[in-house]
Amino acid sequence: MQNTFTQLENFGHSLHAPAYLIQPKTADEIYSAFKLAKKLGLNVTARGAGRSYNDAALNGGGIVLDMSAMDQFIKWDQATGQVRCEPGVTLEQLWQKVEPHGWWPPVVSGTMKTTLGGCLAANIHGKNNFKMGTIGEHVIEFTAVLPTGAEIICTPKKNADLFFAMIGGYGMLGIFTSITLQMKRIHSGLLTVDAFPVQNLRGQLSSLQDGAPNYDYIVGWLDGLAGGSSLGRGQIHAARYLHEGEDKNLRETMKIANQILPARIFGVFPKSLLYYFMSPFLNNFGTWGINTAKYIASLRKHTFQQPHAAFHFLLDYVPNWELSYGRGGLIQYQSFLPKETAETAWTEMLKLSHKNRLPSYLGVTKRHRPDKFLLTHAVDGFSLAMDFKVTDASRAKLRAMLYDFDKIVLANGGRFYFAKNSETTAETALAFYGKETVAKYKKLKKRCDPNGLLESDLYRRIFG
Amino acid sequence: MRSFVSNSPTIAPATPLNPRYCGIIVGASEGIGAALARKLSKEGFTLALVARQKDKLNALCEEINSSLNETRALPYAHDVSNYNEVPDLLRKIVADLGGLDTFIFMAGVNYPPGGVDKYNFENDRKMIEINLIGGMAWLSPVAEMFQNAGAGQIVGIGSVAGDRGRIGNPGYNTSKAGLATYLEALRNRLTRHGVHVLTVKPGFVKTEMLKAAQGATPFAITPEKAADDIYAAMHKRKQLIYTASLWRWIMLVIQHVPSAIFRRMSF
Repeated sequence: MQNTFTQLENFGHSLHAPAYLIQPKTADEIYSAFKLAKKLGLNVTARGAGRSYNDAALNGGGIVLDMSAMDQFIKWDQATGQVRCEPGVTLEQLWQKVEPHGWWPPVVSGTMKTTLGGCLAANIHGKNNFKMGTIGEHVIEFTAVLPTGAEIICTPKKNADLFFAMIGGYGMLGIFTSITLQMKRIHSGLLTVDAFPVQNLRGQLSSLQDGAPNYDYIVGWLDGLAGGSSLGRGQIHAARYLHEGEDKNLRETMKIANQILPARIFGVFPKSLLYYFMSPFLNNFGTWGINTAKYIASLRKHTFQQPHAAFHFLLDYVPNWELSYGRGGLIQYQSFLPKETAETAWTEMLKLSHKNRLPSYLGVTKRHRPDKFLLTHAVDGFSLAMDFKVTDASRAKLRAMLYDFDKIVLANGGRFYFAKNSETTAETALAFYGKETVAKYKKLKKRCDPNGLLESDLYRRIFG
Repeated sequence: MRSFVSNSPTIAPATPLNPRYCGIIVGASEGIGAALARKLSKEGFTLALVARQKDKLNALCEEINSSLNETRALPYAHDVSNYNEVPDLLRKIVADLGGLDTFIFMAGVNYPPGGVDKYNFENDRKMIEINLIGGMAWLSPVAEMFQNAGAGQIVGIGSVAGDRGRIGNPGYNTSKAGLATYLEALRNRLTRHGVHVLTVKPGFVKTEMLKAAQGATPFAITPEKAADDIYAAMHKRKQLIYTASLWRWIMLVIQHVPSAIFRRMSF
């Protein structure tokens, strides 16, 4: 057992927790791990690609199931666009499988390294949440093995309670063993992207709201260092699919080679080294300089065409960019606010971050819509994701500030997303989920996992 | 039935902004072990305290937790000569703590034979069973975990008494020399895997054990001073320290006394 002890980290390298790693290949092997855990008195959690910014895929001192070996496609029907695969298949594998046939995953995260099991467990959203919802809304069926050893099939109609609880349930009810997803038809390898600046937070939010109906994807960059009348300024990128027949060079643009991000800048400089040169800029002054330059560059309103992969997977553009945050790593704080209260809440939060001299070095805004999943994070409104650098000197102050943020978000009817936030307490989680929802979730948990074997560090933090 | 409840809910969750450094101290109920428990908990560690004497252990945990106003020390009653218990107990502790950063072996007994003309195999055996084999029973699985994780810190307690075999207490000398050699071997194995191994060699420390020492006890220090020295050495990732540091020079001389002279000394 000791020889499987492995140091695991969150995506931002700001948290570590060692665990006994088991790599199952079949549902039977997952069940064996449950039996072993029960015998040894340990907890189990599944880990996909480990791309969560928090403790969702960590289980300190317990058993972690590394799902990356269950990465096979079971069935791909290019006529209907339905794909059935194992949960360790990554979005990267998926889009490369379906794109040459004129399909694209309906919902993708900002990195393509994530596994589908992880995507379902967190019920991820993309830059098209306002239009396509979360990934769970495109799941036709999934199978899972429960800690009791039961293998279940769930669809929106069959075992519906588990379908809507396990998607977005952070892997605490059972482990996915296969996932059937509906792909989206595309008529080009390119998207048409409009880029334009926004002067302040109000402009940012109204652009997202008014722009959304005219586009398939919309996302905002928010300059976390700009204050005063420029508070919340940034740039909007809004994209739409090309219509059938619009792409005259279809054969070429659909090639995987033309989607893949180049490994070198200007064909010479390896991007794998870029993070090293970003490091000196990741402080208040350096980021202020970069952001100001970026904002000035964004003042030119322009339209261009871009491959899907390049548009979506910004987090993969600079490999290992998260290392540039240095030894303490980074955390992300994402809040979801109703459209009525978002501006007030975020104005207060941004001002607070300036007052504390702890500005966010990267801010990203999106437009959202509610969904029917039990532990939903979505609202009819917006989200703002803020990246913060963690240092020994800033920890305590940053923590206090994020607790203040939590209060502001709760007071304004907001929600949180647990692939991201790492400091949220059980009280805060209970407050926004509501007692009824948590009770319902715990009842399902009792049914699926009577011995309480499935627990992650995240579970203990927010439901402990 | 769940005999173990992992990650004791009383411990605050570890987060990026409130990280938790987890340690185990075996032999924590008194002496240097207890002083180190107080010191490390003050420095931010969450600790599993292991010792034979349940009452002392519970009292120490209570003292630490109430002084810091949160659960930072958990008690585990265990006799280090019950080697078979170790794997299960270690697994339980690591699950309760939610990880392991530092392992400290401080358990030790000193049962002198009772004079330079006395021999007592039973006493010798107990010292080897507790000081040496007890140490290996814990250090071996911990070393394997740390090697695989590619991280961790091990602190083991030798003694100035382990540096030479002397007339007074051959069994104790042997147990401490054995453990120091074992720690050195672990250091040579584990440094390349990113694991830090610190050997601590105290001189005289004002503890219960000191009462067993025969003759003069020069340069005796308090357990608190020893704990401060150990914490500083852990922080600086030193390989070997003497506490008080003066013993480094004393032992340097003693180690180089030729046998022809040493075997005639009354020391």
